[in-house]
Amino acid sequence: MTPETEQDWAALLLRVRDDADRGAFALLFRHFAPRIKAFLRKSGANEPLAEECAQEVMATIWHKAHMFDPTRASVATWVFTIARNRRIDALRKSRRPEPEELPWGPEPEPDQADAMVLQQESRRLGEALAQLPEKQRSLIERAYFGDLSHSEIAAETGLPLGTIKSRIRLALERLRHQMS
Amino acid sequence: MTIRHHLSDPLLMAYSAGQLPEAFSLVVATHVSLCDDCRARLLAFDAIGGALIEDADQARMAEDSFEATMARITGLPQAEPVRASRIPGSVFPAPLRDWAGGDLSAVRWRFVGMGVRQAILKTDHGATARLLHIPAGQAVPDHGHRGLELTLVLQGAFRDTEDRFGPGDVEIATEELDHTPVAEPGADCICLVATDAPLRFNRLIPRIAQPFLRI
Repeated sequence: MTPETEQDWAALLLRVRDDADRGAFALLFRHFAPRIKAFLRKSGANEPLAEECAQEVMATIWHKAHMFDPTRASVATWVFTIARNRRIDALRKSRRPEPEELPWGPEPEPDQADAMVLQQESRRLGEALAQLPEKQRSLIERAYFGDLSHSEIAAETGLPLGTIKSRIRLALERLRHQMS
Repeated sequence: MTIRHHLSDPLLMAYSAGQLPEAFSLVVATHVSLCDDCRARLLAFDAIGGALIEDADQARMAEDSFEATMARITGLPQAEPVRASRIPGSVFPAPLRDWAGGDLSAVRWRFVGMGVRQAILKTDHGATARLLHIPAGQAVPDHGHRGLELTLVLQGAFRDTEDRFGPGDVEIATEELDHTPVAEPGADCICLVATDAPLRFNRLIPRIAQPFLRI
């Protein structure tokens, strides 16, 4: 199986979570590890540090597979947050305060429809990013790859974030309602 | 909790991109812990990072990279415990409890004058984080800013020339704003404040006290 879509990545991650499936992890590794390493290189890590951190990020993905929630993030987004935190730790040598987990945590059987919509929206976001004018796209890359200070970051991205936001908001609301 | 004053898009994006000084990140993480709306907006900004990773160049991995990663996995203890969620009855959300060394009752306050107490939290350089305890009805000295100041209300409420700020609300004050926050009567007001430059007080006495206050 060669994974093509976000659903496939999520399914592979579930196999890592449920069965400690080494084959599924190898596919995730082949796709994400070189991208994580490139991200860390662009963020200023030298070759050996980027290699080491990329391995650590992949190991974290294995260990934290049970924390992945497909109704809140695509696999790529979740991988990004882990790589970003590793970068802050390794390059800035500081700790990152993280929001507390929601009271219900990731559900064992997340809502399929919510997950599906989020994955579609994530794909659309990727397409929109690819279509941005080069100058705008490069500003966003520089912000996320750590090349801009916080006061230089302008949040006007020209990307369709509103739909993703409302989808996640609805899913959070529904869960809060169910849990109360 | 009805939150009326939220984080701005640039702050959420800078936090998502991992570019905020620790003190500002602490305010963002604490507010997001209390606010589903900002949590959803933050996750949308995280999705940009995901799209960038998906689309990124691919670096060449070392020859034995996969085997080395599997060795790391077996070498590490299995699954870390799930991060703490809300403790019922606590005033501080989890990230603030981590940085303050406990909940409100654990804070070691120092009086800084006029009944106001503060506690400086340890963060990396670039910005300062402090907890402020303002007695009900009391004003914080009139001050302006050179940089950015984020004030997150944890308990009670304050008013200034801009508006009223209650629990969960965050005020984003820039250089232009000269304000005198006044705690509302009733409950004492507890705030988390992050600044990236020393405050500028408009009256003589607080200015003399400034080095001592470290604000």
